[in-house]
Amino acid sequence: MATVVERPTTASEQAAQAERRRRRRRSAWRRQWVALAFMSPWIIGFSAFYVYPMISSLYFSFTRYDILSQPKWVGFNNYRFMFTSDPLFWVAVRNTLWIIAVMVPLQVIFAIFTASVLTRVRRGLPFYRTVFFLPTMVPLVAAALGFIYLLNPAGPINRILGFLHLPQPLWFVDPSWTKPGLVLIALWGIGQTMIIFLAALLDVPRQLYEAADIEGANPWQKFRHVTLPMISPVIFFSVLIGMIQGFQYFTQAFVISKAGDRTHEVGYPQDSLLFYTSRLYQQGFEGFHMGYAAALSWVLFLVIMVFTVILIRSSRRWVHYQGGFR
Amino acid sequence: MSAVEFPAATAAGARRPVEPSVRRRRTLLVIANHSVAIVLSIAFLVPFVFIIATSLMTNQQALSPNIWPHPFVWSNYKTVFESFPFVRYTLNTVTYAGLATLGVLLSCTPVAYALSRLRWRGRQFAFMLVLSTLMLPPQVTIVPLYVIFVRLHWIGSLKPLIVPMFFGDAFSIFLLRQFFMTIPEELSDAARVDGAGELQILRKVIVPLAKPALAAVGLFQFLYSWNDFFSPLLYAGNNPDAWTLAVALQQFTNLSRGVLWNLQMAASLLFILPVIVIFFFAQKVFVEGVTLTGVKG
Repeated sequence: MATVVERPTTASEQAAQAERRRRRRRSAWRRQWVALAFMSPWIIGFSAFYVYPMISSLYFSFTRYDILSQPKWVGFNNYRFMFTSDPLFWVAVRNTLWIIAVMVPLQVIFAIFTASVLTRVRRGLPFYRTVFFLPTMVPLVAAALGFIYLLNPAGPINRILGFLHLPQPLWFVDPSWTKPGLVLIALWGIGQTMIIFLAALLDVPRQLYEAADIEGANPWQKFRHVTLPMISPVIFFSVLIGMIQGFQYFTQAFVISKAGDRTHEVGYPQDSLLFYTSRLYQQGFEGFHMGYAAALSWVLFLVIMVFTVILIRSSRRWVHYQGGFR
Repeated sequence: MSAVEFPAATAAGARRPVEPSVRRRRTLLVIANHSVAIVLSIAFLVPFVFIIATSLMTNQQALSPNIWPHPFVWSNYKTVFESFPFVRYTLNTVTYAGLATLGVLLSCTPVAYALSRLRWRGRQFAFMLVLSTLMLPPQVTIVPLYVIFVRLHWIGSLKPLIVPMFFGDAFSIFLLRQFFMTIPEELSDAARVDGAGELQILRKVIVPLAKPALAAVGLFQFLYSWNDFFSPLLYAGNNPDAWTLAVALQQFTNLSRGVLWNLQMAASLLFILPVIVIFFFAQKVFVEGVTLTGVKG
């Protein structure tokens, strides 16, 4: 707001100018206050539900605290215990990394596959799109419960597998098959990712494919050198979101562990479904080790930040933004 | 883009005489594509079919290898209402989802307005802060929030779920701001010349124009709360009177002593049904909303 200094003029004009400037400054102040008033719900919410909790959870992470008594300062003990003595911490970390490493890539591949099937059918597209999208609408708890039934050892899926003379795993009863069961649930609920890929695939300019045809490219080459680079921003986006959600994986595993018997510990059977957030829940809200839970939450936060930065850094090498902007 | 080009390409193709072998190959390709699409559709629909079928079986039959209900036990749905306080849980869920939606709409609209259509110092910084809370994993704040709600004696009620929603939600603010940005500034200026205050402009000019965006935000929030499991478990899990459907369903097998798959599936379907109905009425909002947040976010 640079005020242009004009030629010196008569006194009355100068006075009028000063008055105008003052009024403008006053209206700027007024605007500022009006804006802050409009912002006030968020300012209160941000302070009460983000700033204060962040700071106090950092403080709690250096204390022993069970809510009933005052927090007691213990320095880095919680963090030391986490990395050296907590037997289930590394189990939870391993399960969480497993689910991210397997589920996220499979989700992306399956979403690209279903979306590209949709780009090939003209007639019936709205029908197929609705069908593929429908499972995402099912609440996580209901989806988990449904799959517990579908995948129970004598359930419908195993009956189909038996009919096809395929092996029939015990799924959620057998610790080595629980996580593949979760992957099935995740693949069933691929709809949202698929819709995004569908939009991206339809946005790939047809001229690129025509050019590839002229050069005699086969379908795989076209996919690898035209489609993949063109949809790489969406791949990046869904890997990022999938990874962040993977670190927070909880609901489906919790419901499956406790199904049928509430006394089962979180992560049942044999801690095969114990994920990072499950451990946090167990420590904080079943055992009321609030200090330790706060430490777990901060480590989770930092790990997610580090992985996000790594992913963004790596994206410069494999994500192609059209027209060179980002 | 390509949607515009498709018809032109096919029209050009139709004018040229097509060799029989090419036409045969094209037909085969269409059949192949549709077969893949149909197989995928079956895979996506099979869980629904089994869940619906099981919800109509007797419990013995649900545990047997039979796939089709015989007889159809429609009374399972009645039993769900009678054998467990389904109405109570539904009311809790509607209260949570309804008030959370109201809160989000009331609190996020003015914030999004200030972030998009008012010029003031610190606007960009505030917007960055909003975006950063969007990235923040909720786990980082739950321990202190839980402690706060214990102090307030709110644990075991729906208050910890509802009250924060009246103080802004990053995702909704972001979505509304993006939409408000697209409304021409001249409309506001015209109202300002007529002497309207900012609140009046928001109410009389912006809100009527932003109805689709407000509807999308409200819908997303309603469904999010309806489906939400972690927060209701955390804050209301210890008091069965405050359970939402998501929490109650998870406890259902425990309540009924032994797994009654037929009732479990019937209850799950009753829980899913409103969501599916909403989806079919507002499909466009979803598909467009997902694309908007996905690609532009």
